[in-house]
Amino acid sequence: MNRTMEVLIYLIPVALVLGGTGLVAFMWSLRSGQYDDMEGPKWRILDDGDLQENIASPEAAKRKAP
Amino acid sequence: MSAPERDWAAFVTNTDEGKAHMDLAVDGITCAACMYEIEYGLRKLEGVEKARVNLSSHRLSVDWDDEKTNPSPIVDRLQRLGYKAYPFDPAQVKSRGDAICREILRALAVSGFAAMNIMLLSISVWSGNASDIDPETRSFFHWISALIALPTVVYSGRIFFRSAYMAMKAGRLNMDVPITIGVLLATGLSMWQTVRDAEDAYFDSAVMLLFFLLVGRYCDHIMRRKTRSFAENLATLKAESAAKIQEDGSALDVPLSRLSVGDRVLVRAGERISVDGRISTGTSEVDQSLVTGETLLQHVGEGDLVYAGTMNTYGVLEIEVTAAAKGTLLDEVNRLLETAMEGRSKYVHIADRASQLYAPVVHAAALLTFVGWIMLGVAWQPALVIAISVLIITCPCALGLAIPAVQVVASGLFFNGRVLLNTGDAIERLATVDTIVFDKTGTLTMPETSLSKKHALSEDQLELAGRLALSSSHPLSHAIARATGAHQALPDAKESAGQGVEALINGVCAKLGSPTFCGVPAEQLEQAKVQQPDTSFVAFQSGGEAAQLLPVGQFMREGATETIQKLKYAGFAIEILSGDHKGAVEHAAQVLGVESWQAAMKPQDKIDHIEELKAKGRKVLMVGDGLNDAPSLAAANVSISPVSAVHVSQAAADAVFLGDSLAPVVSALTISKKARWVMNQNLAISVVYNLIAVPFAVLGFVTPLLAALAMSGSSIIVTLNAVRLRMLAGTSTQSNQEA
Repeated sequence: MNRTMEVLIYLIPVALVLGGTGLVAFMWSLRSGQYDDMEGPKWRILDDGDLQENIASPEAAKRKAP
Repeated sequence: MSAPERDWAAFVTNTDEGKAHMDLAVDGITCAACMYEIEYGLRKLEGVEKARVNLSSHRLSVDWDDEKTNPSPIVDRLQRLGYKAYPFDPAQVKSRGDAICREILRALAVSGFAAMNIMLLSISVWSGNASDIDPETRSFFHWISALIALPTVVYSGRIFFRSAYMAMKAGRLNMDVPITIGVLLATGLSMWQTVRDAEDAYFDSAVMLLFFLLVGRYCDHIMRRKTRSFAENLATLKAESAAKIQEDGSALDVPLSRLSVGDRVLVRAGERISVDGRISTGTSEVDQSLVTGETLLQHVGEGDLVYAGTMNTYGVLEIEVTAAAKGTLLDEVNRLLETAMEGRSKYVHIADRASQLYAPVVHAAALLTFVGWIMLGVAWQPALVIAISVLIITCPCALGLAIPAVQVVASGLFFNGRVLLNTGDAIERLATVDTIVFDKTGTLTMPETSLSKKHALSEDQLELAGRLALSSSHPLSHAIARATGAHQALPDAKESAGQGVEALINGVCAKLGSPTFCGVPAEQLEQAKVQQPDTSFVAFQSGGEAAQLLPVGQFMREGATETIQKLKYAGFAIEILSGDHKGAVEHAAQVLGVESWQAAMKPQDKIDHIEELKAKGRKVLMVGDGLNDAPSLAAANVSISPVSAVHVSQAAADAVFLGDSLAPVVSALTISKKARWVMNQNLAISVVYNLIAVPFAVLGFVTPLLAALAMSGSSIIVTLNAVRLRMLAGTSTQSNQEA
């Protein structure tokens, strides 16, 4: 292997480790049930019911809601 | 008698943190707002720790502190919020399907990761081979590829290996056998090439093949999981439970899985009987239409057998649960069902039939290639490399995706057409149907009794009749109450069991009940019975006016006549086989315009008739719902049952349709015909692709680059062609909706 290719000895393992991290992250997310509900979470981000001020007075939150 | 207390304990499990947990099916969730409403509504309850709605499966999971609260307020709160909810019986929720789905998804992720990384290395090798890669670097890349590919093939490939092994052990040949051979040979050849520092290795082909095929498998599974979870919700919301009589004499509602033979169960007036058993006390009349197809009420008393799915009318019954005893209807149905199921497993899927033709041809071609090159004087190693490359290029990637891809698209269309598939291959079997056999009761007619529009009551009288009906527990009264939309019972109505109800309104006496109870002259009743033979009559009388007859019965499903006409127009032979008596069946056949019908058929008679049709070469679709239909549903080439059908029938049917209309049967047939057409097209595309690719491979021109291009190219073409089905079917479903 010529000298310019030596860098591959580091780079390929690095690439594999990065890819592998992604794979492990996916396996974790699968196991922890991240894909159980594909509909709900996109609506949950719009829900303000968990803000401190709204917990204090739910009525105010209702008035704000469209 | 007050409603029995519910035994929630059967539905509750404990979480790891020591909290009580329950999963419920919730009806009525339509949008995200429902989700917030339910979650906040429940969290406000004391003791509730967690409430989370799954918006895709319409299920709710609740955790609560066992010491502070119990499930009753939770279900009550849901009820008050306007959602019908019922907990899943943990004993019956099948998580097995989910486990397979996750295994496939994990295998898919691993093969996807491997395919990307190996392709990265392969492209470097290919471009290097075309320019100036040195042998050490190439060898290094091949070894890394091998390092990634070997574990991947073992991990992701085992789904195919396992299925291929099972098939070979049973002496069959399915699609997974050539896939397994292809993947293993490609990996083995590449290993060998790597060891001897050759220019080409096929690791990318092996792993990419796995990746594409797993995508197909996964789509297939999620589609089926969607329909299954939907069906589970429906089954749970039916809330089939039984009032079990405790030792102290009180009744407790328990899920059916908690009952055992010998338990005694209480069935009140107007309730559906949910167990098979023998009556130990009480007399009543039961409506057996869901079980035998017979629409006339049957009188039962102590010692008589009753079946799950029948409707108790006016009496209170105590039933001892029995197992299916010898000689009973249930025993006969079970026995016939078993034989019919055995016959069905002989059906060979299109995909397996294709692979039975495909595998010998391709393997023979590879062998001939090997022999041919040896005879031309080539050494055995290069000859073997070329022979295996023939197998790799013909590897059934397109063939493996051709059928599943269409099935996925088609079952999505079925779902929109309100048909849930139990089996994936139902589509191809539906497409060949030329004869349709309908059951009458509950299939062509509505499963519940309802009020006919042919009566002479004014709006006010009708409302009064409805309010009277609310005070009665008789099923015919339920039908009247439903039809009139009344929701306020009369305060001091008096019911005479099996006779009728009467009440005083503003000093005027109003009566609703049997014709004799209201004083209808016998001649008038006889005359009405002749005019409407399949109908029961309830009479209504108020003040000094003459009593009026209200015809109540099982009337035709919405659109039944149009559906039958459409089917006849499309060239299907239609028959009615019913367990009901002759008059009722004849009347229904006349209304629908069906010439061929038979009445008073036992389960065995129905099977015999279907077998006779099959022997004549007809492909039979059976549409039925009753317990008596279950064996014939399994015996027919393919079967559909309405969602209101009994358990046994739904399990025996290939598909279930939702809703009151019969129209889904037509759309199922149309969609499946188109799906079959696209499947055949896909198979043709695979064959053409092989016809082009194989000569190149035999002559030894195939490189890994060519193999990769051919494989992904053909897979994409086949998948796109499957998606085209959506457009083909889109026009017809739209016209159905307009109709």
